[in-house]
Amino acid sequence: MHAVEAENVWKYFGDYPALRGASLQVNKGACLALLGRNGAGKTTLLRILANLSRPGKGEVRLLGLASHTPEARRRIGYLGHGIGVYDDLSAVENLILFGQLLNLDNPRETALNALERVGLSRVKDGLAREFSRGMRQRLAVARAFLHDPELLILDEPFTSLDDRAVAVLQKLLQDAQSRGATIIMSTHQIREAMELATDVALLERGKVAFAGPQTVVMLADPGWLYRNHGAPE
Amino acid sequence: MREKLTYALGILGTLVMLFNLNTIFGDLPDEAMQGTIFRIIFIHVPAAINADIFLFAALCASVAFLAKKNFLYDSISVACIEVATMLLLLNLVTGSIWGRNQWGIWWAWDLRMTSQLMCFLLYLGYLLVRPAIAEPTQRATMSAFISIFAFADVPLVLMAIRLPNVKTQHPGPVLETGNLAPVYQGPFALGILALFLLGTALVLVRLHQETSRREIDSLRRELHSF
Amino acid sequence: MRAGFAAAFAIARKDLQTELRTRESLTASLSFSLVILVLFSFAFDLGREELYAISGGLLWLVYSFAGALIVNRSFARELPNDCLDVLVSSPAPGWAIFLGKTVAAFFLLLIVELVSLPFFGLFYNISWWQSPGTLLLVIFLATWGIAVVGVAFSAVTVNIRLRELMLPVLLYPMLIPLLLGAIGTTTALFTRDPEALKSMGSSIQLMIVFNLIYTSLSLYIVEFILIV
Repeated sequence: MHAVEAENVWKYFGDYPALRGASLQVNKGACLALLGRNGAGKTTLLRILANLSRPGKGEVRLLGLASHTPEARRRIGYLGHGIGVYDDLSAVENLILFGQLLNLDNPRETALNALERVGLSRVKDGLAREFSRGMRQRLAVARAFLHDPELLILDEPFTSLDDRAVAVLQKLLQDAQSRGATIIMSTHQIREAMELATDVALLERGKVAFAGPQTVVMLADPGWLYRNHGAPE
Repeated sequence: MREKLTYALGILGTLVMLFNLNTIFGDLPDEAMQGTIFRIIFIHVPAAINADIFLFAALCASVAFLAKKNFLYDSISVACIEVATMLLLLNLVTGSIWGRNQWGIWWAWDLRMTSQLMCFLLYLGYLLVRPAIAEPTQRATMSAFISIFAFADVPLVLMAIRLPNVKTQHPGPVLETGNLAPVYQGPFALGILALFLLGTALVLVRLHQETSRREIDSLRRELHSF
Repeated sequence: MRAGFAAAFAIARKDLQTELRTRESLTASLSFSLVILVLFSFAFDLGREELYAISGGLLWLVYSFAGALIVNRSFARELPNDCLDVLVSSPAPGWAIFLGKTVAAFFLLLIVELVSLPFFGLFYNISWWQSPGTLLLVIFLATWGIAVVGVAFSAVTVNIRLRELMLPVLLYPMLIPLLLGAIGTTTALFTRDPEALKSMGSSIQLMIVFNLIYTSLSLYIVEFILIV
């Protein structure tokens, strides 16, 4: 069984197809870097996986479950463009709220542990609006990883993170990988993604133009993938 | 094909309307109590009936859109609501003219008039909000939602105006009481038919425009997206 | 189902907590309703009889204006930092998100109403406390109706231009049946007119039907709006 199975997914904005029959399989425990130019449909595909958007045609299964079921959603962690934390709640209140939404047994304890992991336990009662940008980003990372999700969906996670937050995120991603979680992340920065990625997929005009394991040649030459599998300029 | 159908319906509707107007003004005798002005009923009531027909069609199309996500249903919905809103306005204006003649006032806060005005305002809100939503899928979804909510309000409005603290002045409905003289029944039915044909022709025109608009929008996106 | 109610409770608590912390819409709505009360007293110069005759209408106009300000913030509160995405992608079903937000809006509006009610009595010299139980029931019913329809339209308009202007355009016509019921009963309760008091039942019935229809419709349909 695959962790992510997207079958012939179409997404329309009006009559305009943003996704045109994208199909993608991600193995359990893999870390997939989803590459593609602006407007290729990366965010649209990830939003469909995270159940923020409904596909016009096609089917999406996460961890063997239909993507819209609560059981599937309980097992995924999502980090989008926005940090997704409430400015007027304290760090620990934010995480407790998401723990309650996830129906965790002990939201408070889980929240405190998560703050520990991202190095925010000292300021757990501070309001998110009082935090520096980097701290808010770490709080967002803590939120996405709160319930040790089996599948992580990250939309350009490294964009606009500060160094410390990047370090925290990379550490958490490595931990997640070592406990067998599946990661799917979109990125522009091919180099950063390649450090973690085991697999690579390239989206071109709403279709998956290439999908396969990451190879040495991609690491050595970031433009290789686009030259060999991308659409001509 | 669609173009021919549109023209056919439009022409047919116009002919029925002209024939009917000829009968109404030429052949029918004045009504005993009201005199000449009673003839407005052959526009006034058919407008209201047709408005309800098109609003119901819009409701069905809205539910179908939410279920099927096919944009044709969204176009049907907006086309029907535009035509229905226009018919409601026609109904209100003709009623107001009749009221001025018979009661000496343009407007009374009577239960039927109030309910028609509320209905008009509800769907006016729909037409105002639509252009404010830029993304077509979102626009269609939100519009379907508003259309369903607005239609659910219609029976409630009818219930509200029957509350004891709301007054009434409007004459009783001739259709329910059945005391429309036989000589008036033919023109009355033709009046309904004429507005239905013309309304359907307008819906088809708007449907065509909406489809073109979606195509243009998608071509623009195609052009600017890569 | 139980997980949904737990999530709804968590969301309602979160909304109330943040609102009581910042008091953004609460103060705005409260001061707005007081300003309107004052404005009305300038606008109409009425005798005691006439004042009682329009008292219910006056009160519910103020409350529905205040209500629009409260529900406007309901989903707009989720816009900064894309918090709505996080709510929607969580296991909480759409109806639970909607229910939580409606409960929060209900209580916020209730606070505004109960605080401005004594001012209303004071400014217009109306004895409103004669049958507190029935009045409270009417206020509960109409406030729930305003909250349900208002929060539903707040979800519809959250992403559109001129959100603050569009919401009232949609909201008020939809609320007319509910407000007619509330106005009728409230006026009857203030004037103590025996005839009007006797016919209060049908108004209360109407408000209950309104709430049942729109609550069930919203809970059922909201998933389609949140996930487009």
